[in-house]
Amino acid sequence: MIDRASPLARFFGEFRESRAAVFGLVVVGLMIGLALLAPLITPQDPYDLASLTLRDARRPPGYVGTAGFTHWLGTDAQGRDLLSAILYGLRISIQMGLVAGAIGLVLGASVGTTAAYLGGRVEAFVMRLIDLQLSFPAILLAFVIAALLGQGKWQLVAALVAAQYAYFARTAHGAAAAERHKDYVEAALSTPLPARRVVFRHILPNALPPLIVVATVQIASAISLEATLSFLGVGLPPTEPSLGMLIANGFPYMLSGRYWISIYPGVALIILIFAVNLVGDQIRDQLNPRLRR
Amino acid sequence: MSAPLLDVSGLETQFPTRDGVVRAVNGVSFTVNRGEILGLVGESGSGKSVTGFSLIGLVDAPGRIAAGSVKLDGRDIVGLPNDELRAIRGKRISMVFQDPSMTLNPVLTVGDQMLLALRAHERISAGDGRRRCVAALEQVGIPDPGRRLDSYPHQFSGGMRQRVAIAIALLHKPDLVIADEPTTALDVSIQAQILTEMKALARDTGTAMIWISHDLATVSSMADRIAVMYAGRIVESGPTATVLRDPRHPYTRGLLDSLPAIAQAGEDLASIPGTTPSLLKLPPGCPFAPRCPRAQPVCANEPPLAVEGDRTFLCHFPLGVRA
Amino acid sequence: MLGFLIQRILQAALVVLAMSALVFAGVFAIGNPIDVLISPDATQDIRAATIAKYGFDRPLWEQYFTFLGRALHGDFGQSFVYNMPVGRLILSRLPATLELTLAAVLGATLLGVPLGMYAGYRPQSRFSKAVMALSILGFSVPTFWVGLVLIFAFAVNLGWLPAGGRGATAPLFGVEWSFLTADGLQHMILPAINLALFKFALMIRLARAGTREAMLTDTVKFARAAGLSERTVLLRHVLRLIAIPLVTVFGLEFGSTLAFAVVTETIFSWPGLGKLIIDSITSLDRPVMVAYLMLVALFFIVINLAVDLSYAALDPRMRKGRA
Repeated sequence: MIDRASPLARFFGEFRESRAAVFGLVVVGLMIGLALLAPLITPQDPYDLASLTLRDARRPPGYVGTAGFTHWLGTDAQGRDLLSAILYGLRISIQMGLVAGAIGLVLGASVGTTAAYLGGRVEAFVMRLIDLQLSFPAILLAFVIAALLGQGKWQLVAALVAAQYAYFARTAHGAAAAERHKDYVEAALSTPLPARRVVFRHILPNALPPLIVVATVQIASAISLEATLSFLGVGLPPTEPSLGMLIANGFPYMLSGRYWISIYPGVALIILIFAVNLVGDQIRDQLNPRLRR
Repeated sequence: MSAPLLDVSGLETQFPTRDGVVRAVNGVSFTVNRGEILGLVGESGSGKSVTGFSLIGLVDAPGRIAAGSVKLDGRDIVGLPNDELRAIRGKRISMVFQDPSMTLNPVLTVGDQMLLALRAHERISAGDGRRRCVAALEQVGIPDPGRRLDSYPHQFSGGMRQRVAIAIALLHKPDLVIADEPTTALDVSIQAQILTEMKALARDTGTAMIWISHDLATVSSMADRIAVMYAGRIVESGPTATVLRDPRHPYTRGLLDSLPAIAQAGEDLASIPGTTPSLLKLPPGCPFAPRCPRAQPVCANEPPLAVEGDRTFLCHFPLGVRA
Repeated sequence: MLGFLIQRILQAALVVLAMSALVFAGVFAIGNPIDVLISPDATQDIRAATIAKYGFDRPLWEQYFTFLGRALHGDFGQSFVYNMPVGRLILSRLPATLELTLAAVLGATLLGVPLGMYAGYRPQSRFSKAVMALSILGFSVPTFWVGLVLIFAFAVNLGWLPAGGRGATAPLFGVEWSFLTADGLQHMILPAINLALFKFALMIRLARAGTREAMLTDTVKFARAAGLSERTVLLRHVLRLIAIPLVTVFGLEFGSTLAFAVVTETIFSWPGLGKLIIDSITSLDRPVMVAYLMLVALFFIVINLAVDLSYAALDPRMRKGRA
């Protein structure tokens, strides 16, 4: 088959053919935009306690509150406008996913490539440890670590990274180890170039495509994990109300039929994760050499 | 002569791709008589394997047969419903593939796989089935077949594995076996064995064969007639001896010249200049023209099909013909 | 084989040991269990006596080794909260989790594998695309939220099924099981669906990916060429080819769910192990946490070993001898 376009252009060309993936990308962009603009577009600052009144508490969607605007998604137990709370929650959830994903990526890629570069016993030992960790469910590790470290934003990031870096490490190691033993890398290593340069210029770029796939999956799973941990009460403190926290707060009211307090933040969460996964899925299929013809 | 067993006419198989339609088989016609061995020769990408798969209706999606007919005993089987095609596969036309380590299922015993193939066309008890399988393995020269039935493919050598595949192909005594490079993946010494044995089997059972290969030498030792394929067409066909002795098409000549046995000792092996054209960007007219030493401007037009006794060729300037 | 087993067991012992030390130290760091054990207004004497009784006045390493020595004899200490031996406490919670997990993983596999195989067999069909969208959704939806929705829809709104608890149980082998009573089964439905969702999505994806690759192999082509029906090709050849990753994941998922059905058990107040660990973490019940996490580590090692051993059963190439 002939390749008319550059690999990158071809990649985007193929990506564009999947309507689902393009849809996912658009939705992700839209949600990030909404989250960034939240303070400007929400009718209310949900954490300005002065603007809340209990008279507005637990009102159903469509209720016109004392402040004079319509609560399209209803209000929560403190009388907060749920739409505003969701957009602010989205900010925190996305932030947590990206921060945990980025740190996990950097840490995991460093561990994986370094192990591949060093080789020998160090490599065998480190990778065995990582395999061992991966045989435990990520949520178990994150949960125990979050519980041990206590509530807090950075404690939670640490828990998420600890649970997820191993996926990046294994992927980076796999790609780097394959590259490490190719002739051109051996050749580059035998020149007086600093080894660091070889790692960054040659080994790392080749590990990048699979790492990108893992990153999309892990960002989505970090967002979901954060929500779960917050729901279980070992995640973010009440001062950082992520989507998971909003859902948890609404849970007690669900049994009495006030579904909106829990359901709508959940819908926002699912749309976000689903969209990220749609994108990640397409990238994975495109990068899978075994399905290429 | 009676009507041919298989009569392929104007067969076109196409694969739509992102960059355009690939015409892998582009108007191929040939016949195979009962008990006859036809050698189908060509470089990789010439469409010979796709031709083989087209005959039994197993073109990989999204490929499809766009035109032409495949008549088996006078009945066109192109476009038959799937279950009717299935009734033909393995029963009347069967197929042997290139790499036996890829064709046999690694996680099923040889006996299980043979029994599945047997039961695809017959209701048969386990005991009778087993006896048939033993007989089939014996026929292809596998020692101790009763015990070997319970072995897995990886416990056989490459040559033995291919014998198992051949035994499966012959289970229902088909009229035609399509052998797609069945010896290419084997050691040279085993290649020769299998060639001889398959030729004998074909003769003994009266099975016709289409022997697909890129290797002119193998084919010439097997086939009664050969057809040379290039870029999805048969550019020359005829009785093996005649074609080899006196090729008409420059491409056949080129193939012959690149055979070690034919070149004189000390002489460099000839090779055909250039490479196989992309099936997406075929030149107009004769597809071989860009590589052909005899090409003239007129070759940009479709070459005529010449018939000369029992041979045909597709060339504006055939060799060995006085104008 | 024996060497391999011994190596794995040694490895397992090391992991459990490391796990226990880590958890022991970690739990020690997060809070003083003495505050859990006695009321704040207890006298200084009672306080000192309790501290001495549990050995909290000793250095941490000494406490750890005392614990380890007892653990070797099967004594994991008393739960601070439940006031019963931890070993018995954990055992009493195991059946509830076991039956829930089994229902979820089995259901997910029996439904997910056929759907996934179909999606891999006809990747372009509308139905397959819907199945895949469903599986991506299954991955995207956080378990706890689905649990909430299930409760809201089926328990609160429709009132068809109970919102939580285990319902009536009946004894079998001296253990109480919910699945033996109609009421218990009713209680199991929602949590089992909740727990199954993620595994269902996973099985679909695995089966689809495996089938897609298997359909492109020569094994499948050869089976088709032998006239096998699509059904036989899928059920006998493809299913066996993709069984290995499926069994692996089945085992690992079964293990992880058994160890950690926390979310579902919390939402549905299902009195299993998951709920126990959550409760023990919130109440700083250190002996339960340590013993539980050691158990989980042990669990995983056993399951990994079982999965490795099952390879040998499923993949004849991994078996030694007999060749």
